[in-house]
Amino acid sequence: MKARVFVTLKPGVLDPQGKAIHHALEGLGFGGVQEVRAGKLIELELADGTGDEEIADMCRKLLANTVIENFKIEKLEKA
Amino acid sequence: MKSAVLVFPGSNCDRDLAVAIEQVTGRAPAMVWHRETQLPDGTGLIAVPGGFSYGDYLRSGAMAARSPIMQAVAEASGKGVPVLGICNGFQVLTEAGLLPGALMRNAGLHFVCRPVGLRVENTQSIFTSAYQAGEEISVPVAHHDGNYQADAETLDRLEGEGRVAFRYTGEVNGSARNIAGILNPQGNVLGMMPHPERVVEAAHGGTDGRRLFEGLLEAVA
Repeated sequence: MKARVFVTLKPGVLDPQGKAIHHALEGLGFGGVQEVRAGKLIELELADGTGDEEIADMCRKLLANTVIENFKIEKLEKA
Repeated sequence: MKSAVLVFPGSNCDRDLAVAIEQVTGRAPAMVWHRETQLPDGTGLIAVPGGFSYGDYLRSGAMAARSPIMQAVAEASGKGVPVLGICNGFQVLTEAGLLPGALMRNAGLHFVCRPVGLRVENTQSIFTSAYQAGEEISVPVAHHDGNYQADAETLDRLEGEGRVAFRYTGEVNGSARNIAGILNPQGNVLGMMPHPERVVEAAHGGTDGRRLFEGLLEAVA
C-alpha cells in the first residue's frame, strides 16, 4: 500500500522559497502568477493494513512540524 | 562543572563549543554521540552544537531532535539541568519541543555569515547574568535557517515573561521581533542562533561570548 503525504506551510506563514520561485517565474516571462507556495511530497510504501491514525501519527511526530506546517494524507491502493 | 556536548552526524561546531567550555570551566566536556541513550552521571550542562545535523534533511534539526539521546536531554532538562542550544542546536531544541516556535529559511534566502549586534534583553537567566541589562554585544552568526517564527500569542508570552534573551540590533534574517535567542519557561533552556563559542578569546577578534559561559559556570557551580 502506498500513501502520499503533502506537507505545506500554514496559511500566513511567510514562504521565502515560494517567493523566490515566484520571482524566477516572472523572470521567465510568466506574468500571470499571483502567488507561489512551496511544500513537500513524501511517498510512503506501507505494509497493508497500516491505519490512517498511524500515518497521521508519523506526520505529527516527524514528517511535518505542526508549528508551521499542515499535512494531508492521500492513500493509494496498489497499482 | 561536568558538561556534555552532543554530537550528531553533520555537527561541525561541537569541537569549538567543547574548547570554549573547557577554557572557561577548566574541564573538558564529555562528547556524547547521538545514539547514546544516557548522559554521563552528574552532567550539569548539556550543550547542543551548531552544524548541519543529518544534512538538514526534512527540516533543520528535525532528525536530530528524534535521535535516542534527546530523550535523555528532555528528562534532564525537566529536572532543571541547563541546556544550551546554539544555531543548529537551537533548531534541534525547537524541533524537540523544548522551546517554542520554529526556525525557517532566512527571509532574504541568503546564508548569513557575519558578526551581528545583539542586545541582551534578560540578565536574570543563568546564561546571561554576567551581562549588563540592555548591553549590546557582537557575536557572529552563520546560518541559512535562522528566521525565528511563532504565532503572535507565543511571541507576546515570550516578551511578557522575559524569555527573549537576545535580540538582533538590526535586520539579520527576518526573525519575528528580531528575536535571536529565547528561554524556556523555567529558564534552564536557552536556544540562540548566534555563536558565542566563536568569540571567547582575543584571537577570535572578540570576546563577547565568553561571559555567557562564565556566567553559566558561576550560576550552576
